[in-house]
Amino acid sequence: MASGVGNIRNNRLAYLYTMPAFIVMGIVVIYPFLYNIVLSFSNMNLTHFYDWRLTGPQNYVKVFQERTFWYFFFKTILWTVINVFFHVTIGVFLALILNKDLKAKSFFRTLLILPWAVPQYITALTWRGMFNSEYGAISLIIHKIFGVQIPWLTTEWGAFTACVVTNVWLGFPFMMVIALGGLQSIPDELYEAAEIDGASWRHKLKNITIPLLKPVMIPAITLGIIWTFNNFNIVWLVSNGGEPADTTHILVSWVYKSGFRYFRMGYAAAFSMIIFLILLIFSWNFIKKSKATETVY
Amino acid sequence: MRKPRDLSLSGKIGAYGILSVFTIFAIYPILRVLTISLRPGDRLLSKSLAIIPPHATLQTYVKLFTQEPFLRWMFNSLIISAAVMLVGVGLAATAGYAFSRYRFRGKSVAMFALITTQMFPLTMLLLPLFIMLIKLKLYDSYVGLIIAYSATALPFTTWQMKGYYDTIPFSLEEAASIDGSSQVGTFWRIVLPLAAPALVITALFSFMTAWSEYLVAAVLIQDQNLFTLPLGLKTFQSAMETSWGLYSAGAIMVSLPVVILFLFLSRWLISGLTLGSVKG
Repeated sequence: MASGVGNIRNNRLAYLYTMPAFIVMGIVVIYPFLYNIVLSFSNMNLTHFYDWRLTGPQNYVKVFQERTFWYFFFKTILWTVINVFFHVTIGVFLALILNKDLKAKSFFRTLLILPWAVPQYITALTWRGMFNSEYGAISLIIHKIFGVQIPWLTTEWGAFTACVVTNVWLGFPFMMVIALGGLQSIPDELYEAAEIDGASWRHKLKNITIPLLKPVMIPAITLGIIWTFNNFNIVWLVSNGGEPADTTHILVSWVYKSGFRYFRMGYAAAFSMIIFLILLIFSWNFIKKSKATETVY
Repeated sequence: MRKPRDLSLSGKIGAYGILSVFTIFAIYPILRVLTISLRPGDRLLSKSLAIIPPHATLQTYVKLFTQEPFLRWMFNSLIISAAVMLVGVGLAATAGYAFSRYRFRGKSVAMFALITTQMFPLTMLLLPLFIMLIKLKLYDSYVGLIIAYSATALPFTTWQMKGYYDTIPFSLEEAASIDGSSQVGTFWRIVLPLAAPALVITALFSFMTAWSEYLVAAVLIQDQNLFTLPLGLKTFQSAMETSWGLYSAGAIMVSLPVVILFLFLSRWLISGLTLGSVKG
């Protein structure tokens, strides 16, 4: 850690360097955050848009009373676990291959990064088109091979699967790049020494690669979980706002619909706070746990 | 003895096989959009899976540029993205440096606050931001969007810059200050040039945040003259039926600059992103 250099220097410059960033963050992130807390205790909705007042914690009570919260909570967990699992396994798997001496590896690496480069909303709208039951490429291919029509976008779990496939496509390059960076920093000598000792590839993977990759991957996975949990774009645009009949939502897309389509602002504000608290508690524990395992090595 | 990174012949064949399968998965949707954008106007709803469509033509692109306000959207997006990039790089480069090199009161709180903002669901900030910008008369303006995007990009880029600065040895700065260089001068002349890879990645991410964002723009912009590319492209899908040809041609034009940047920078992407976390 480079933090040892601290104290010697005066602090005034440090504040000067951080101030501009925090002023912008203050205006756009911290102030709205505080405002949102106030709104979450208010009765703001379409009929009380201007004459809203504080009404107490009733919005929070409402969130937990409604069945939708638990339903979408379950879906969000499922969505996050499946996505991050595929992102990490595909990403690390490809990185392991790309880390070998292959002639064409920079060619493949470049092409494999492309899904990351395509803007998210284009990814979503394009895949939505590919899942179209009549003219979509995926439906056509599956029909050609298996002779069946799958109602992707018109059934609850069909639409959920479509969103997952889209998001897996979108997310694996990030994990691949991070894993590749981590792998490149592991010195070859470690593997050479292991080979002299007659270690199998399985041993090398378990005793060298995974432990040394872990400190690089843990922060990336934490971020990945948070981003996936809050990934509004894919779900909203692939399922066209939760179709069919508001069944294909994760928590964030449901909040957006409540706030900006059904105009239940107070309720949406309270709901947002709950999502935030879930993530905060999760990350807090996750970071603490991963720090604890780090000291073992 | 065999080098650790060498593969046997069968291993090589297997590796190329697997890479090819995933590469097809990665680029197929992009090829598909390209295909649709090249179709002649009367064959947009085709069940063909050919990559180069029969009678391929660029007429959709011509229509996109001449009959639709596509250039206008592109101009708006360019201005906003460039501004976000400048603001983002400036703020992340300075804030990241302070986090890497100084110990000051409130530092750990500030760094934790930066991570915490990543946990905010966007919807939580959107409504207050919407009300605030209306009150400040910045609703429907470039400035409103630029501020919003700069702030959403900052936490990630600041952390990433800090990680990269951590890998630059402090002894270089000490040597410079012994030679009589001021603190600001050292930062400007020695540290920043060394941090070039991270600065490039920060610039790329800040630019992409603004170039690719749909939701915030949808809430904060209503004036059609101020539509950014995502808002514009969505209009091709909002009517009763989708204009797939125009949408596809637009999608290709929007993705192209980003894809080219990524191709150029893919080598730096790996070092710029991970060096910090590896050596930190």
